[in-house]
Amino acid sequence: MVDVIKSLGIEYVAANPGSSFRALHESLINYGGNTKPELLTCCHEESSVAMAHGYAKIDGTPMMVMAHGTVGLQHASMAIYNAYADRVPVYIVIGNILDAQFRRSDVEWTHAVQDAAAMVRDYTKWDDTPASLTHFGESAVRAYKIATTPPYGPVVIVADAAMQEEPIPAGERPRLRVPRLTPTSPPVGDSGAVSELARMLVAAENPRIIAGRVARTPKGLELLVELAELLQAPVQDMRFTLRMNFPSRHPLMMSPTVPVTDADMVLGIEHPEFFMNLNALTPTNRMGMEATPRYKPGTKIATISSSDLLTKSNYQDAGRYIEADLAIPADAEATLPALIDACRKLVTPERKRVFETRGARLAADSRRAYEQALEHSSWGWDASPISTARLSAEIWNQIKDEDWSLVSDVSFISSWPHRLWDITKHHQYIGWSGAYGIGYGAPAAVGAALANRRHGRLSVNIQCDGDLNYAPAVLWTAAHHRIPLLTIMHNNRAYHQERMFIVDMATRANRDVGRAGIGNNLDTPHIDYASLAKAYGVYGAGPITNPNDLGPALKRAIEVVKRGEPALVDVVTQPR
Amino acid sequence: MTRALFACVALVFWTAVPPLRAQVPAPAAAAQTPTGNAENGKRLFTEKSCYFCHGTEGQGGVLYPRIARVQRGLDNFVRYVRRPARMAAYSDTVVSDAELADIYAFLRALPAPKAVKDIPLLEQMRTKP
Repeated sequence: MVDVIKSLGIEYVAANPGSSFRALHESLINYGGNTKPELLTCCHEESSVAMAHGYAKIDGTPMMVMAHGTVGLQHASMAIYNAYADRVPVYIVIGNILDAQFRRSDVEWTHAVQDAAAMVRDYTKWDDTPASLTHFGESAVRAYKIATTPPYGPVVIVADAAMQEEPIPAGERPRLRVPRLTPTSPPVGDSGAVSELARMLVAAENPRIIAGRVARTPKGLELLVELAELLQAPVQDMRFTLRMNFPSRHPLMMSPTVPVTDADMVLGIEHPEFFMNLNALTPTNRMGMEATPRYKPGTKIATISSSDLLTKSNYQDAGRYIEADLAIPADAEATLPALIDACRKLVTPERKRVFETRGARLAADSRRAYEQALEHSSWGWDASPISTARLSAEIWNQIKDEDWSLVSDVSFISSWPHRLWDITKHHQYIGWSGAYGIGYGAPAAVGAALANRRHGRLSVNIQCDGDLNYAPAVLWTAAHHRIPLLTIMHNNRAYHQERMFIVDMATRANRDVGRAGIGNNLDTPHIDYASLAKAYGVYGAGPITNPNDLGPALKRAIEVVKRGEPALVDVVTQPR
Repeated sequence: MTRALFACVALVFWTAVPPLRAQVPAPAAAAQTPTGNAENGKRLFTEKSCYFCHGTEGQGGVLYPRIARVQRGLDNFVRYVRRPARMAAYSDTVVSDAELADIYAFLRALPAPKAVKDIPLLEQMRTKP
């Protein structure tokens, strides 16, 4: 088993220890030499998977995770769902004692299961339960191949405990071999459909490109820039920015809040929430929503999405149905070169002049949006709790000359980094969780920081307080494995989104909005995150309440991170 | 609320809010000299959870507009809170007209920010982005 796993070139295996994979654990660290993969000690299986999720966002390759087939997988399940919805590869091996005669005690009976992977089958890309070592070899390699073929996704292999622990009969050894991992091409869009899309884009007077998970790799970002510049077409991200698709201050970058009303052609690329860009939803009663198109009649709608190649029924991550004039079920990054070529062939000198005029207008809009963002930042500049705009500006001031990587989402701080920072490289932003499952942020940041470590990058995590409290011991994992990571708390002392929902419900019911903090606030007592960090062996500072103290505190913490250690600065912030 | 439900409801809530083209003070009728009690308005701004979306200084965010130094007149402000386009409607049971007048006075009394050119960090970002 270890020979097969090592053949895949996996760098790390994240695990909280468990008896159902004890033999594999021991073999990896002794027979395998605890290298490629190296074991990462995790304190919760949800952390293991979320670390792998964040790692893959930076490195592009899957991390392995080991867990009990029952209680471990149960802990891991929400993080697996996030990875599935976010189309990220995670390589999961779970232990199970299928044969009852090998179960030693009540513990092993309660930890055994008939079909271990069933629990997560709805939100994994593939799983298998090998019944022999030959079977394990083929399935382990096949699982890796499936996980890393777009659309990516988590996979599960059940490693039977008896197979792990029982000696291999001498007669069987010569028949065992390690199957070779062979490459798979990503699915590219049909050439006729790509040509048709190119015609639509080049003919459009006001095309709009809305990007979801376009850039799997740095190449995806380059290709999207090339397409946009060729057409001088504006590019928007989703409100929850899922990938680093497009430079934040590019003249063709358009705010995600600009509606599509002026567009005559809208292309959604790997966009799971495209319907929301195309339609306005108006409440009709307590729960019902009426959808009204935001686009004008005659607007052409097109999609490129690998999600069309991976749809399941039970979990509803597919989003609402899109009435697309042209839908290309394919991997966007693999399809963009053909689309760019097809567009280039259609651009006449006359169209080029139209594009240049459009580009100049969009560049002026983009510059104006940046000036407006700066002006907006000045409101509440000296506020305490500290404004999220000030927080973002102070962080930017400390990191802008470093090789930095933002390893957290920023939706809960009003996306200020995307509005203020000059984000240009693929590794400079890892995107959101995928399924909005809270508890992803801190471990994903640690995983991404681990991937950044070998490049010497400064990893920056703007950490929501509610998220950290799910499994804060991942801070210890960062300290134990000397993973350099600057964590800055967005400490608004609440599950703030939920408070806003309660206010919404209370206003609809004509009841007291002042009680919305009940069940949502994280105060009384305040949580001391600096002490929490210190307890896990991490440098901790704060709470910072005076905005003028923030810059110096960040500077001190960055010095710690540059020594190769994690550090945390607790900042008491405005709600959003 | 479960985390899964959080996700669903979050999407519904956010997408129910029409996007803003830019963060600008609300247009409409000119601002009036407030007659309400700004000090009480400050208390109510917290008590009625207004700061959840708009911030303690009324500075707003990406989805929620700045309302510090609100530019609407009081009548227009009250009408908007009762029948808003972009937020939950607050009835007079939830917040009375007199309370809204106090909140209006608080928002009008908030100081204007320094200009970007007078905030060294922002000016640096403007001139050397």
